[in-house]
Amino acid sequence: MPGTLKTVVLDSDKCIGCITCMRRCPTEAIRIEHGKAKILYDKCINCGECVRSCKGGAKRPVYDSFDLVSSYAYKIALPSPSLFGQFNNLDDPNYVIEGLLALGFDEVFEVGLAAELVTDCTKKLMEKGTLPRPVISTACPAVVELIMLRFHELADHLLPVYAPAKVAAKLAKKRALGRGIPADDIGIFFISPCPAKVYSLHREEVSDEKYISGVLSQSDVYFRLVEKMNKVRSPRRLSKCGYSGLGWGSSGGESNSLGLGNYIHCSGVRNVLGLLTEMSDGKLDGADFVEMNMCPGGCVGGVLNVENPFIARNRMRQLADKLKIPPATMQEYGLEEDFFLWDKQPAPSTAFQLDEDRFAAMRKLMKVEEYLKKLPGIDCGACGAPTCRCHAEDVVLGGGVLDCVRLEERK
Amino acid sequence: MGGVCFEYDVDGENFASAGNASESVKRTLKQLGVSPASVRRVAIAMYEGEINMVIHAHGGKAAVEIFPDHIEIRLIDRGPGIADIDLAMKAGYSTATENIRSLGFGAGMGLPNMKKYSDEMTIDSAVGVGTTVYLRINF
Repeated sequence: MPGTLKTVVLDSDKCIGCITCMRRCPTEAIRIEHGKAKILYDKCINCGECVRSCKGGAKRPVYDSFDLVSSYAYKIALPSPSLFGQFNNLDDPNYVIEGLLALGFDEVFEVGLAAELVTDCTKKLMEKGTLPRPVISTACPAVVELIMLRFHELADHLLPVYAPAKVAAKLAKKRALGRGIPADDIGIFFISPCPAKVYSLHREEVSDEKYISGVLSQSDVYFRLVEKMNKVRSPRRLSKCGYSGLGWGSSGGESNSLGLGNYIHCSGVRNVLGLLTEMSDGKLDGADFVEMNMCPGGCVGGVLNVENPFIARNRMRQLADKLKIPPATMQEYGLEEDFFLWDKQPAPSTAFQLDEDRFAAMRKLMKVEEYLKKLPGIDCGACGAPTCRCHAEDVVLGGGVLDCVRLEERK
Repeated sequence: MGGVCFEYDVDGENFASAGNASESVKRTLKQLGVSPASVRRVAIAMYEGEINMVIHAHGGKAAVEIFPDHIEIRLIDRGPGIADIDLAMKAGYSTATENIRSLGFGAGMGLPNMKKYSDEMTIDSAVGVGTTVYLRINF
C-alpha cells in the first residue's frame, strides 16, 4: 500500500501523545514519537479506528472538499445506504434525493441500487460453484486491506467483484456518457461513511480505470443537505433503491440479500480479526459466505457518519420496511458479469515481513527473540510501541537501542 | 542455518485458548515471508494438534523449530497415550466424549488432517505415559 494518499492525518497541536489510538490500532500501525502519534502508512488499512478512539479529535480523516463538486458541469451524487439512516423521522428516501439535487447535483445514483446489482452478480458467481468457500465479501475495503496485509492465505477467498460504490460510479458514468455528456464535464462524487472508502475509490487497486471524481464525507454533506431537505415539500418519486439495497448499510445486509442459509457476518475491528484468524485455521470451511465490516454495526458505524450506528440502523430498518421496490437485476440494466469483475487482484503487502530475504529475516527474528527476553512483556506502551514485541521489531528493523522504562528501573 | 526455537504451553482446561500457539507461529511465518499456502498448512496441522492435546491429554507442550525452508513441530503431552495408533489415524475414529462432541470437536479428523497437511508425521505414544507427535512441513 505505498503512495502518498493518506486517509487519516494527525493534528499535531491536538495530539497529547496518549497511547489510546496506538493501542486500538488493529495493525500496529501507530507509534508515539516525540510525544505525538505517528501513523506508519505502509501498515495502515484506513479502518478509522484511531479516529474513533481519539479523545482529543487529533486524528483527522481526509476526504475531498465539497467545493470540488462545482468544478464539474454535470454533477452526479452517489449516496451510500447508510446516509439514509442519519435523519430524524425520515419516512421517504426521496427527501434525500431531492435534497441532493437542491444542493446542486444534476443526478443522483443510489449506491444501494448498485448494491442490489452486486448481489445479483454475486449470486450468479456463487451458483457456478467455482469460487473457493467460504467466499469473503469485498464490500468493506478495510477488510480487503487487512487480508492483503496480514491474511494473505485468505486472498483467494475474496469475492472478485467491485464494491457497490465503484459499480455505482462506473454505471453512472456509462449512462451519462451514453446520453452524450462529454467525459470531462462529468463529476462523480461518492458520499462516504468512512475513510477506507475514500482511499479505495481513489486508489483503484482492483480496477484499471478510475470512475470517481471525488469522495465526500457523509458528515460534511449532512449539514448542507439537512438545510435543503427541510425545504422539500412533496418529493418526486426518484428513488430506485429497494429494501435490499438499503440493508447493505448495516452489517448482515449483504448476506441477507444473497438468500443463503450458511453464512456468517460480523462487524467491529476485534471481531473481524478474530473471525479472520478462525478462518485461516480452516475452521469456517463449511460456510458459504462471510461478510465482515470493520465498523461496528456495518457502514452505519463509519467514522464519517453523524448518527449513532445503532440508532441509524433502526431507522434504516424501518425505512426499508416501507420500500416495496424489488431488488434490481443485471438484466434490467443490461449488464453482464464482466461489468462487475475485478480487472486485477489487489497486491499483497509485505509490510509485516522482517526482510524480503528469508535468511536475513531469520537472523532478524533471532534478534527480536533475544530482545524479547530482556523486555518485561507487559505491553505498557511507554516506549511508544503498542507491544514489547513491536518495540523489539522496531529496534531490529530500524536500529537504535531498547528504550524501556522497566529496563531503566532495573539499572 | 539453524532453526529458531519456540516453546508454548497448551492449557488443557481451556478450549478458547487452544490455537494460541499456532496463532503465534502463523504470525512468525508471515514475518519470514513464508508462502500463504504453507502458512495455512502449518496453521491447520498445528491447530488440530493443539486441540487434540486439550481434548485428550489435559494440555501439553508445543516445541516448534523454524528453519529457512521448513518447520518442525513437536506436540508433547503426558496424557493417556494412544493404544492403537493405526486405528486413531482412521478418519472418523475418535475416543472423544459425547460432551466434547457436542462442542463440535472430536469428529475423528484431527490426526488424519495433521497427516494430510504435513510432509512428515510420526507418533510416539505409550499408554499411561503420554504422546509425542512430530510434524514436519516443508515450505
